[in-house]
Amino acid sequence: MSTMAIDKAGPTRKLGSMSRDRAWALRWSYFFLVLFAIFFLTPPVYMLITSLKSSAEISAATNPWWVFHPTLSNYIELLTSNQFLRFFWNSSIISIVVVIVTMMISIPAAFALARMKFWGSATLATGVFLTYLIPDSLLFIPLFKMLGVVQDLTGITLLNRWYVLVFIYPTLTVPFCTWIMIGYFASIPKELDEAAIIDGASWLQTLLRIFIPVALPGLIAATIFAFTVSWAQFLYPLVFTTSIDQLVLPVGITTTLIKGDVFNWGQIMTGALLGAAPPLIIYAFLMDYYIAGLTAGATKG
Amino acid sequence: MADVVVEQGRVARAAGARKGSSLRNTLGRKSTVAFFLTLPLILLILLLVLYPAFYSLYLATLNKAMTKFVGLGNFTFLFKRETFWMVVKQSCIFAITAVVFKALIGFIVAHFVHNIPGKKQRKWRGMLLVPWVIPPAMSTLAWLWLFDPSYSAFNYTLSFFGVGPIPWLGETFWARFSVILVNVWYGAPFFLIMYLAALKSVPDQLYEAAAIDGANWWQKIWYVTLPMMRNIIAITTLFSLIVTFANFDIVRILTSGGPLDTTHLFATWAFQVGIQSSDIPLGACVSLFMVPILAVAAVFILRDVSKRGNEA
Repeated sequence: MSTMAIDKAGPTRKLGSMSRDRAWALRWSYFFLVLFAIFFLTPPVYMLITSLKSSAEISAATNPWWVFHPTLSNYIELLTSNQFLRFFWNSSIISIVVVIVTMMISIPAAFALARMKFWGSATLATGVFLTYLIPDSLLFIPLFKMLGVVQDLTGITLLNRWYVLVFIYPTLTVPFCTWIMIGYFASIPKELDEAAIIDGASWLQTLLRIFIPVALPGLIAATIFAFTVSWAQFLYPLVFTTSIDQLVLPVGITTTLIKGDVFNWGQIMTGALLGAAPPLIIYAFLMDYYIAGLTAGATKG
Repeated sequence: MADVVVEQGRVARAAGARKGSSLRNTLGRKSTVAFFLTLPLILLILLLVLYPAFYSLYLATLNKAMTKFVGLGNFTFLFKRETFWMVVKQSCIFAITAVVFKALIGFIVAHFVHNIPGKKQRKWRGMLLVPWVIPPAMSTLAWLWLFDPSYSAFNYTLSFFGVGPIPWLGETFWARFSVILVNVWYGAPFFLIMYLAALKSVPDQLYEAAAIDGANWWQKIWYVTLPMMRNIIAITTLFSLIVTFANFDIVRILTSGGPLDTTHLFATWAFQVGIQSSDIPLGACVSLFMVPILAVAAVFILRDVSKRGNEA
């Protein structure tokens, strides 16, 4: 497109140097991209390399960037250890339940905020956005104390139980999901739901039959966001859970595989890689939705 | 317009259903429906975000055993402690340096990705976003292993260039450098994606016009790209400032605040004081110091976001 414009504007002699410039710009771009790709991919690749080594090879301090005797023993050991599977199970069940809870809260709310102008709806939408900006590191201490107080009052054990995270994580996922769903819902043409209402559909039917199917890409993006956030959350489980059978994956790996000063690096890296696998797999298959969700936060609404 | 139509449909239906009772009318009214649809959200925000936030203010005024009201005693106690001022300083150094480098790297790499042919962009973009996808607690473990004092793969590589073993996490300067490096590594891809999306939205005609006017590459960036991306750059930077300022995972796993508390941020120090040393009021007090900078950033983000909304 731009070369065509230049073609018309400048004499043909200049075109040669212009395209040569472009070729060089392309080569330099690739060169720097390779450099940055090395920087960005070194840690995950190093995880993989270390995970394939035996303890003996790691402590022998041979070339750390190469595997001389690849072995799957770390993987076998972790995937047959009840403790590790327990972490994985806790993480999975928490993330899945949190995704469901998040969707049940944020979809109706986003629908109401995007379509029904009611008293305070604009304030509430702004409030939702502001809540998204409140970080977990601000709330973990009062939440910890609150859980303790509620536990004493009601006699229900809340601290050191994985299920309490199911109630806490939505504070991290719901605001953002609501926010991007408002954006997606607001972009649906009004004629669609007007037609449905005229045909006698109730609000619920409009939401289920029209909004959810039309805004499905946004829904997928929000689901991915909610899942990855709950899977990666580290601070809340670190504070609220301590018993080994209640830990989620990130906390479990950092606390149980590091025993005192003895670091079993082969297993730690294997655990970290297995812990990173679910988000990575989702990302590999649903990259476009993932990126849409990432950019929607700032570009929508 | 739509509201009128909606109300009419509702009324017509309600009237049709044998002069529906007043309860059904109330239930069917739009504002009532909206209230019930947003109720879970409101409850969640009130109970688990707003209430804890104010509870934190209350907690900060108690003594360690949480039996006595001490007013601003915790705050004055903090002001007298050297560690506190070190945490303030380190938090600012950490957040500002990391955000600046993330923004710079993101901007530069976004241009490189934008330069290459469309089909290959997808592949490169996919590869370069990987650090953002891996849970930070997991990737920081890999960095911890790369920085390991005796088996560091970095030091192994550097030894071939005659550079002595670097105490990545053992000395204040290098420890601060390392936590910032890891944070930049984790956060730069986010900037990359945001800037790439913004770059794509700049109309080609503007660059063509600039090229015809004889602008060089630098002038194109300064007079075309930056003004067009201004809003995205502002929002992304402020977002990242909040997240980086409140960072916990990276410092906690990499250094736990050491050596000698020099890499502590507000979040990690609050964790150490409030949870590990179980002085909850003091911990709450420490974390409250994050509020001013978060509030300032939030105000600016809100302004930019609503500006975008008006433009659209």
